[in-house]
Amino acid sequence: MHEQSIVESILTLALENAEKANARKIVSISLVVGNYTGVVEDAVNFYFGFLSKNTIAAGAKISCTHVPGQLRCRDCDKLFPLQKSDYHCPKCEGRRVEIVGGRELYIENMEVE
Amino acid sequence: MSAKTVTIKENILGANSEKAEINRKFLDSHQIRMINTMSSSGSGKTSLILRTIDSLRDKYRIAVIEGAVASFIDADKITRQNVPAIQINTAGGCHLDARMVKKALDALDLDRIDLIFIENVGNLVCTADFDLGAHKNVVILSIPEGDDKPYKYPVMFVEADVVLVNKIDVLPYFDFKLDAFPEIISGLNPSAKVFPVSAKTGEGMDRWFSWLEETLT
Repeated sequence: MHEQSIVESILTLALENAEKANARKIVSISLVVGNYTGVVEDAVNFYFGFLSKNTIAAGAKISCTHVPGQLRCRDCDKLFPLQKSDYHCPKCEGRRVEIVGGRELYIENMEVE
Repeated sequence: MSAKTVTIKENILGANSEKAEINRKFLDSHQIRMINTMSSSGSGKTSLILRTIDSLRDKYRIAVIEGAVASFIDADKITRQNVPAIQINTAGGCHLDARMVKKALDALDLDRIDLIFIENVGNLVCTADFDLGAHKNVVILSIPEGDDKPYKYPVMFVEADVVLVNKIDVLPYFDFKLDAFPEIISGLNPSAKVFPVSAKTGEGMDRWFSWLEETLT
């Protein structure tokens, strides 16, 4: 059920922006989704299908660009991707890390008519 | 009509964050502090809150906002202690959001409250992504869940002001490496405090109470 409230927010934002642009129809919406957000594309499409009924966004295609989890070593600044088990800097073996990528969740743009 | 592309670049959770900020200011105007507790199901959130109420109820007027997918079990446990509790049933939803919390705040007698605990829906995945307007975030992890959770659900621990490691009374029966655990948390979130506690025996709870009282003054 996580995606339902997310999709409600997407739809509200999309409709607001469509109105500002004097659009009559939303054709597609491009999202940027970080892997730490746990948002699943299929579930977004599923909820969007029925929540957008009777709006100008009905039938719009949703596409997601996924951003992988990325960490920064707090000791040597090395950037490295999310690892499977624990967090080890591949350069200095440091274990103090900051999450710098993967928490994104925004609408990049949309195509309207 | 021809198609055109509209650039948006707006955070999808932005509206929730705005409502959360309004909640925080609303609480400040009533001189109330709100603490959001988050954990997986069964970590002992309700027991910890009950024990904390027991210890602090002579000094502070406390209320609890209970989030659950269904049922009123937790709110009933709290109200039996003569503490006001508002149950939010999310009807399947896996997290609370700022709008739900505002509705709960409106149902409380805020002039008679100093401190509110939110017991979020039991879930380590996404609850931390939704700002509720609380002043502090407390994550509870219990010994049987294992010490690898900060690696599996890092966002939760990045957002925590305090991590309570609960159920240390059963430590001998599990492989949880409690000595090494604070370093895992400080690596991810240098400002978070880690307090090993047992809500059942009371062990370690004094440090948590002291931290809370410092936060409240």
